Amino acid sequence: MNKSPNIAHIGSECVACGCCVLVCPKDAIHIAFGITAQVDEEKCVGCKKCSKECPADVITMMKRGMHSEKKEMV
Amino acid sequence: MKKKKWYNYLWIAELLYLILGLTNILFAWLGMLFFTIPLLIAIFGGGKAYCNRYCGKGQLIGILGTKLKLSRNAPPPKFLRSNWFRYGFLTFFMIMFFLMLYSTYNVFAGAPLQEAVTLLWVFKLPWQWAEVSMVAPWFAQFAFGFFGIMLTSTILELITMVLFRPKSWCVYCPMGTMTQGICKLRHGKELKAYGRTSQNDCGTSETSGQ
Repeated sequence: MNKSPNIAHIGSECVACGCCVLVCPKDAIHIAFGITAQVDEEKCVGCKKCSKECPADVITMMKRGMHSEKKEMV
Repeated sequence: MKKKKWYNYLWIAELLYLILGLTNILFAWLGMLFFTIPLLIAIFGGGKAYCNRYCGKGQLIGILGTKLKLSRNAPPPKFLRSNWFRYGFLTFFMIMFFLMLYSTYNVFAGAPLQEAVTLLWVFKLPWQWAEVSMVAPWFAQFAFGFFGIMLTSTILELITMVLFRPKSWCVYCPMGTMTQGICKLRHGKELKAYGRTSQNDCGTSETSGQ
């Protein structure tokens, strides 16, 4: 299966409200320890539904594999 | 389409609470459940399950904003999600809550009952039609004060729902801030060990052990 080039990235100001979890069609997001949302890179298809829903506007789309390196907004 | 579960209908409980409170102010006491349950869940290790699943308020503004399209769906201003604003609002909210408790104590100590609901911490709405003679005055005073807090939060919810994204209230909801704070105290180190801290990036699974 081809992976999407972009995936969701959760910003540091995530409030862990869980809105992204509810809209994710692939169940690729979960709330870790009640502190922040986390994205499963393997499951994320970059559909942007979470970023459109996020009430804090902290979800951006990034190129796959860019998280631990220099961030590249797309 | 995700299958709906029983807790997806808790918005009905929230709506019912507001209607019951408007009918008889003493029902305001039921709102204590909305205060205590999230805290207990967070304290006993359930994280933000209340916000994520069981919050009727969040569901209600989600329905109004998304299904009824009452929201502009605009990104909220950045300050709304900043820690200084969220914790500042929580502090302000708690101060107003304790002032409400103080006025309840005053009535308990003999001060006259104020039959009014305070909206947005300023506007006193006369509420003389309420039948509260069957309970102690302090019990009724708490109900007036608490319902004012609940209505105030509902007004703020609706305003930010219309102006920004449907669930913008969730960003600065004092209960959400408090429960997240509890989770940070309880699990901050675990999250750090898990691959990241709340201070740093938190979107990859590469280092999260998933």
